[in-house]
Amino acid sequence: MEINILEQIVIPIIKVLFIAHLLVIGVMVMIWSERRVSGWIQDRLGPNRVGPQGLLQPIADGIKFLFKEDLIPNHVDKPLYVLAPAMLLIPAMLTIAVVPFGDAITIGELEISLQIADINIGILYILAITSLGVYGVVIGAWASNNKYSLLGGLRSSAQMISYELTLGLGIIGVLMLSGSLSLRTIAGEGQAIAGEGQGSYPWEWNFLIHFPAFLAFTTAMFAETNRLPFDLAEAEQELVAGYHTEYSSMKFAIFFMAEYMNMIVGSAVVVTLFLGGWQFFGLETMGGPIWSGVISFAIFFIKTGIFLFVFIWVRWTLPRFRYDQLMNFGWKFLLPVALTSIVVTGTLYIATKGNLVWIGIGNTVAAFIVVSIVAGILALDNNSKAAAQDTSAAPLRQETLTIEAIE
Amino acid sequence: MSLPLEYYLVLSALLFTIGVIGVLIRRNAIIIFMCIELMLNAANLAFVAISRHLGQAEGQLFVIFVMAVAAAEVAIGLAIIVSVFKHRETINVDEINSLKG
Amino acid sequence: MNPELIVFIIFGTVSIIGAIAVISFRHPIYSALSLIVTFFSQAGLFVLLGAHFVAAVQVIVYAGAIMVLFLFVIMLLNLGTLSAKGALTGKLKGVAIILGILLAVEGVYIAVRALKNDTAVASDAAKEAAAALANKPIETYDIGRLLFSDYLLPFEVTSLILLAALIGVIVLVKRDKQPEN
Repeated sequence: MEINILEQIVIPIIKVLFIAHLLVIGVMVMIWSERRVSGWIQDRLGPNRVGPQGLLQPIADGIKFLFKEDLIPNHVDKPLYVLAPAMLLIPAMLTIAVVPFGDAITIGELEISLQIADINIGILYILAITSLGVYGVVIGAWASNNKYSLLGGLRSSAQMISYELTLGLGIIGVLMLSGSLSLRTIAGEGQAIAGEGQGSYPWEWNFLIHFPAFLAFTTAMFAETNRLPFDLAEAEQELVAGYHTEYSSMKFAIFFMAEYMNMIVGSAVVVTLFLGGWQFFGLETMGGPIWSGVISFAIFFIKTGIFLFVFIWVRWTLPRFRYDQLMNFGWKFLLPVALTSIVVTGTLYIATKGNLVWIGIGNTVAAFIVVSIVAGILALDNNSKAAAQDTSAAPLRQETLTIEAIE
Repeated sequence: MSLPLEYYLVLSALLFTIGVIGVLIRRNAIIIFMCIELMLNAANLAFVAISRHLGQAEGQLFVIFVMAVAAAEVAIGLAIIVSVFKHRETINVDEINSLKG
Repeated sequence: MNPELIVFIIFGTVSIIGAIAVISFRHPIYSALSLIVTFFSQAGLFVLLGAHFVAAVQVIVYAGAIMVLFLFVIMLLNLGTLSAKGALTGKLKGVAIILGILLAVEGVYIAVRALKNDTAVASDAAKEAAAALANKPIETYDIGRLLFSDYLLPFEVTSLILLAALIGVIVLVKRDKQPEN
């Protein structure tokens, strides 16, 4: 077997290094923009002293973290305590490997695909790796040997398992239409059995065809990243800082970085699955063999950036869910919506012989009906309960259960 | 050139045996449960290896069935362990020796 | 050396070490983590065998769901103090290990011997047919088609099993809401 050194070794290494660094720089930009945007939303300035517009603030933060004393408390389980931040960061970085961040750059004979690895089970790989992120939180919480941390870890593991279902089921409709598990195929041309990929124009993208699934998937993505309004695992007012209470210095910074990396990767995945990937009004095909790749990358980058802004926007706008509300929302609303989307997409695809307009309308209407039914049943249930007994601290039940079990 | 089937079967047999030994020597119900999962996995490995050897997809199909059943089993088993712990304050299988709740 | 063999040796060794760690760590949380390592190396072996879909499902189901459930229960019951009480292993530990080694020898013997007989009996034509089949990769598509045609009934029965498990768990852990009079 002949090995082409340039194609099989040099270019992949360059791609990996480029993406890894892009991710780390992205985290820094995100930290800065989160603080600036939150300042803007709350009508204040935000950090603006270090460098122009405060752009060097993340570097200052990093230096501060690096030079802080690396404290390991006496009461922790040392090997797991040290391992936990890495267990959160590594899955966050691994996921980006299969996301296609652009078309291809062609230089003469050489075609460089703008993706680290186009594996044929790409979307399953993403689900598998993101499901590992919970270990970092749970192990960190347990190793800290602290009641608040443990509560945060328990909450987080229950939350992650619940929302992962929606994450997995929400994309089934997309997969059914594109007929492939490869992310490049889903983002672009489509293939095989059904073969409906996403076109270049917004009305051909998946988020219109699978609008309820898109909302459910995005919400589950928010929950998976443990950010407001789903940051039950680290709710400051209740649990000090949740699972990273006992962490300081660079270890804490790694937890922090992993959260932002998950956001970036999550946005990239949503853009790929639902928002047409690197395509926008046919712009990506203009500009010849070399520049079209660069343009497509820029389009993908901008789309991801816009979605990241939505992440920040939601965080600083919505208040936190209560724990029972969180569980109810996940199991009683998101999961039925995702399941409905599967049934309706499959049925309508056969019934209308693949008419995407009808599938889109059907999905939205069906999801609306399902949500109203669930809401109606819940309202009736609540009324009868209120009539039967004086509601006695119902929201606290879940919490007392865990506290009793721990003590 | 792919590896001979024996390699995978031997590995599978070894993993299965470790699972059996675990069930025999440990007294913690949760660890015994983990050992059962280990044994199921060893069987899965044999399934997939033979599936490739024969060139048939059925082997992989059965792995998926095994996983579905294992998931159901884990949910039930852990629920039983939790409720036993609530009643008896222990999950040492030597101490759980009466059927009376 | 055959690169496939190297990968096999790495994953095989890791999975055996992980499995031994499962049964020898004192604390269940370490056992659970070792089991995750074993599951991972098994997923690697599945990829080596060309079963990409099964490998992904292995990680999603075992590492992503089942082991999180184990960790959740270990943390919920806070078993750390429990295992320190001693009586960690049974009384007949030696006997168990000897029996286990016997079982291992037997298993290895069957695995090697049965295949030898198999290949000795088979005719050349059958061997060639088997070799041709063995090189055919099994795609996710093949699994899906089988699942929804020949094995549709078992597939539906599996969903019933999951439903039964769901109901069973709810019944088992449900707390009585009625106040005790």
